[in-house]
Amino acid sequence: MVIYLKSIFTDAGNLILFTTRFFREIVKPLFETHEFIKQCYVIGYKSLPLVAVTGFIMGLVLTLQSRPTLSKFGAESWLPGMVALSLIREIAPVITALICAGKVSSGIGAELGSMKVTEQIDAMEVSAINPFKYLVVTRILAATLMIPILVVFADAIGILGGYVGFNIHSDVNMVRYNAQVFESLDFIDIFPATIKTFFFGFSIGLIGCYKGFTASNGTESVGKAANSAVVLASLIIFIIDMLAVQITDLFF
Amino acid sequence: MKLPKNHILPDNDAPIIEIKNLYKSFGKDNHVLKGLSFFVKKGENLVVLGKSGSGKSIAIKCLVGLMQADNGTINVFGKDIAKLDETGLNEIRLRIGFLFQNGALYDSMSVRENLSFPLMRHSSSLNPIEVDKAVIDILTSVGLTEAIDKMPSELSGGMKKRVGLARTLILKPEILLYDEPTTGLDTITSREISELILSIQQKYKTTSIIITHDMACAKQTSDRIVILKDGIVNAEGTYDALENSHDEWVRSFFI
Repeated sequence: MVIYLKSIFTDAGNLILFTTRFFREIVKPLFETHEFIKQCYVIGYKSLPLVAVTGFIMGLVLTLQSRPTLSKFGAESWLPGMVALSLIREIAPVITALICAGKVSSGIGAELGSMKVTEQIDAMEVSAINPFKYLVVTRILAATLMIPILVVFADAIGILGGYVGFNIHSDVNMVRYNAQVFESLDFIDIFPATIKTFFFGFSIGLIGCYKGFTASNGTESVGKAANSAVVLASLIIFIIDMLAVQITDLFF
Repeated sequence: MKLPKNHILPDNDAPIIEIKNLYKSFGKDNHVLKGLSFFVKKGENLVVLGKSGSGKSIAIKCLVGLMQADNGTINVFGKDIAKLDETGLNEIRLRIGFLFQNGALYDSMSVRENLSFPLMRHSSSLNPIEVDKAVIDILTSVGLTEAIDKMPSELSGGMKKRVGLARTLILKPEILLYDEPTTGLDTITSREISELILSIQQKYKTTSIIITHDMACAKQTSDRIVILKDGIVNAEGTYDALENSHDEWVRSFFI
């Protein structure tokens, strides 16, 4: 038990040092623009199909599941607004972040872990190239920027899914549906929810990089790095979400 | 073709690399280096022998700052590695090439990109045509021009080592560190790599430390050999001298 607790605190300490190093390296000159753009493409563009499918299903299922309850109270017309609010405020950010934790964080963990094990990171270092700046900073920044964009995309696709779900039992045109959606939305529904997605993105990139970059030697550690990156990133997403909801509740 | 060794070392040459009383431990009980000391003179090929776990690779990783020694000094080009800041260490690293055991090629890059990547970083004045020419030149010198657009996964073990060597040579290092350059290769490819090590030394006038278990490679490439045992240098001399040593343990390497 003591050893287990010690390893948790050691890991937490190392993660803090790793994060500090990230903020130190980010301000140093020579920004890796090319690698950053490449990572934006990998993290953002390549995740679009997965996020689109999940976003659509989220909207569709939420509409279908909520309709019977709202029908009982004769409040079926609230359905588009309720679905949009649920998606934008909570469901799309969290589900998209969790999907990206599975896809992006584990991918980064496995990639960097494999590079570590096969001495590619060492090779970079002995060539006087800063591997932290080239591999870690670019990936964390790309994830921080791309996850919010993916969430906005998931919001839009989710609302579209809601429209399809709504029309299974009703007949509402797109313009009317969208009018109902935007009538129910306010600035405070979108702003805090979008801000928290930057933190989701940051933690997804950070945890993936930390687990991969600190993988011990041996092929087994590559699998462990990928696996623990998903678990820890998912846990941190829930913690950030809880904090974000509390803070939003205080100020808005 | 076996190339003749034509580098005779004057005794008064100051060492270009000097390791003194190097200690390195992992955990409380695993003491790998226990006061390791040796030197390498300019233009010399030093082969380091020793059983697995004797600390050969650890020593050269300390030399390029990939690991921190617990105690002792490492002087390279007259500078103490431990006292250098990041910029100073990178300046030294640019003068040292490191060939990793498996080549350590970047998986996501083609051979061309693997070679141009460090060059573009450190020679920003070169335009893409000049970079490409340098890549082709260096690949020609290791005999692998046909593999320029291949990915590392498409290369054999020997080809990976050649490309790895080309990648270190492209920055024109003065010192080359080889970590088991012939391990995992067949006899013919091993001999080709050993010949390549010699030809590179003669062409680029480099100083080398070669860590190996391959006695044919040691015989072919060494000017001098040090044998490590229990984290210190146990024997030192030329290949012929050590082969005829009175020490049975030393002779056991040459059987």
